Amino acid sequence: MYNTKYVLLGLIVFLGLFTSPFWANLGSASYERPKLALPADQKECIESAEYMRAEHMQLLNVWRDEALREGKRSYVASNGKVWTISLQNTCMKCHTNKAEFCDKCHNSNSVNPYCWDCHVEPKGNQ
Amino acid sequence: MKRSRRQFLKVASLSVLGLSTQLATGGIVNAAETGEQYQATENGLHAGRWAMVIDTRAFETPEDFAACINACHKAHNVPHIPNKQEVKWLWTDKYEHVFPEQENNHMSEALEKRDFLLLCNHCENPPCVRVCPTKATYKRADGIVAMDYHRCIGCRFCMAGCPYGARSFNFGNPRDYIDMAEINPEFPTRMRGVVEKCNFCVERLAKGLMPACVEAAEGKIFFGDLTDPESEVRKVLAENFTIRRKPAVGTQPGVYYII
Amino acid sequence: MIEKVLKGSPKFYVWIAFLGAIIGLGAFTYLFQMKYGLAITGMSRDVSWGFYIAQFTYLVGVAASAVMLVLPAYFHHYKKFKKMIIFGEFMAIGAVLMCMLFIMADLGQPQRALNVMLHPTPNSVMFYDMMVLMGYLVLNAVIGWVTLECERHDVAPPKWIKPMIYLSIIWAFSIHTVTAFLYSGLPGRHYFLTAIMAARFLSSAFCAGPSILLLLLFVVRKVTDFNPGKEAVQTLTKIITYAMAINVFFFLLEVFTALYSGIPGHAHPLSYLFAGHDGHAAWITGFMWVGAILALLSLALLIPPSLRDNENLLPWSLAILVLATWIDKGLGLIIGGFTPNVFETVTVYTPTVPELLISLGIFGVGALVVSILWKIALDVKKEAGTL
Repeated sequence: MYNTKYVLLGLIVFLGLFTSPFWANLGSASYERPKLALPADQKECIESAEYMRAEHMQLLNVWRDEALREGKRSYVASNGKVWTISLQNTCMKCHTNKAEFCDKCHNSNSVNPYCWDCHVEPKGNQ
Repeated sequence: MKRSRRQFLKVASLSVLGLSTQLATGGIVNAAETGEQYQATENGLHAGRWAMVIDTRAFETPEDFAACINACHKAHNVPHIPNKQEVKWLWTDKYEHVFPEQENNHMSEALEKRDFLLLCNHCENPPCVRVCPTKATYKRADGIVAMDYHRCIGCRFCMAGCPYGARSFNFGNPRDYIDMAEINPEFPTRMRGVVEKCNFCVERLAKGLMPACVEAAEGKIFFGDLTDPESEVRKVLAENFTIRRKPAVGTQPGVYYII
Repeated sequence: MIEKVLKGSPKFYVWIAFLGAIIGLGAFTYLFQMKYGLAITGMSRDVSWGFYIAQFTYLVGVAASAVMLVLPAYFHHYKKFKKMIIFGEFMAIGAVLMCMLFIMADLGQPQRALNVMLHPTPNSVMFYDMMVLMGYLVLNAVIGWVTLECERHDVAPPKWIKPMIYLSIIWAFSIHTVTAFLYSGLPGRHYFLTAIMAARFLSSAFCAGPSILLLLLFVVRKVTDFNPGKEAVQTLTKIITYAMAINVFFFLLEVFTALYSGIPGHAHPLSYLFAGHDGHAAWITGFMWVGAILALLSLALLIPPSLRDNENLLPWSLAILVLATWIDKGLGLIIGGFTPNVFETVTVYTPTVPELLISLGIFGVGALVVSILWKIALDVKKEAGTL
């Protein structure tokens, strides 16, 4: 191989940089699911907590298109209950604490959705 | 040796590309699943083609206009920006500017001084929908020309396309010009860099309510289904002389003016 | 071949550093636009497109103009142009990149730009514009690079490159036609709504683009041993002259229809551009008159063969032509399209300093790309002895 020395050196440097997050986090505490502030007066969400945790972003994505484009603003949940499709007027009527619910999880997962650039967060946000 | 390294890199990069496309598109397909669980609201108002008739004779004082404009701008959190980069959904202007190329000499003083309400015309053939490169602006089955602010890239092609100047662009952050304490908590604001306009109160129609301006006008604005011969708008249109803005451009506006 | 960039004279690196500074200034200013949005520009609700889109339009023309070298060389086997083609193709790459940057700078939500591909909309001309521009960039990059590499190794270019070159000729016409369709299909803008828009765009592109190319090649001739060849320059100048004559003719056709028909909507943009409004001259008025006079002057200097073939005068004639076409297309076109507005009232648009600085930065990127690509081409040609 031509320039074996340099190629190998380059590869090692690249691998080092590529895996640097692992080295940097070596020894630090493992990830813990953040404790979220759940609505006090409600027992369950529109779907199961597991589903919502994993799929809420896809669900909101479909909600937006169905409500705005198809004019279908009612969502029939898997248990048959009917909900109005609205982030502001349905989701956040129960989840009034954005900072302790949405933000907490988003922050610890380093995601930064811009929902609230437009959507108004509840006034009762403490 | 040189050749073989080159070939190895080619094959390796193609394989990575192939694998990653599969991973990436797999995610997209999953997200697109929808079923029967989406329905129209029970008490919503429906129409074959929504239309508006404005009785311009009935608007007399500045307060008459202000009631409608404030109702609209409050309901939709429209910012008040005091410069040329303003945002407006509903506003007024004089005859010669509202109906250019339809102006006349020696009009009655009343007509010359009269103000006319301006808003999105919700055209039958909307140029804004035609030119939008992302379908962020689209026409619903009931004739309402609506916008998806999440998708708008802010290219402003629709503003160049609209012959009625109905569209506003958020040059800056609109919240800098909205009193967040006075906001309507039921409706979102917009963000910087997207175009916005009147939505014929599609969110109120879904709840069974008439548009905010129609409600505030107390009978001076009619709103209803143009495809229903028994509707109020059809009756008003049959009984009065009405005009629409810029008929020559062939957009077929859904807003009529009784002169 | 990219290694050629690494071996240059100190002068070359000073030039690159200068461009880097300009790009840095533009990028720094763009940070403000990212923070405050397009509010830092002079655009308004009434004049919703401005300097960025105007430069985009002008540069699509510059990109398309490479065809004025490729077409005679490949359709008419005019061999004298072959030496220059690579420079035209590489200039087109720089121009297309600048077009894309100007579009990105103009977007309110640039991070969503790829929505155009995620939600393809065949009824929007913008969709086609994005597609044809990307296609043209790829075509020119592939054709330019492959032919240059073959020249370096002194072998005949591969067979498959010929169909690509023919495709690029048709493609060049299409990119500027589609750009014209962005404007000429809008129902409410009288100055844009004209069937001759695409023809005007092409004619102004085919005089301005080759003029810019020749001016740059004259600089290259000064600082290197490259010589485009006397006859090639004279032929290209003839093409430029015809294209400019057609361009001026087309503009006069617009003026006739607007003013003789007397239809207010058609006449108003022209009267605003050349006479201002309410008895006041707008800032654009002076530019438009200077542009009109320079256009005629450039024709006066290019049509007589004795003046056209005068090598000392030619750079001036071409510079005058470029300035005239830039005022028409890079300023007047957008301003005339949006003033008077759809309410037949006047909102004055004046580009702001940040807007101009960002634009300058983008021009810097274009200059940098062209400098690097031309340096590669020149060094390869020098090595191969085809300079």
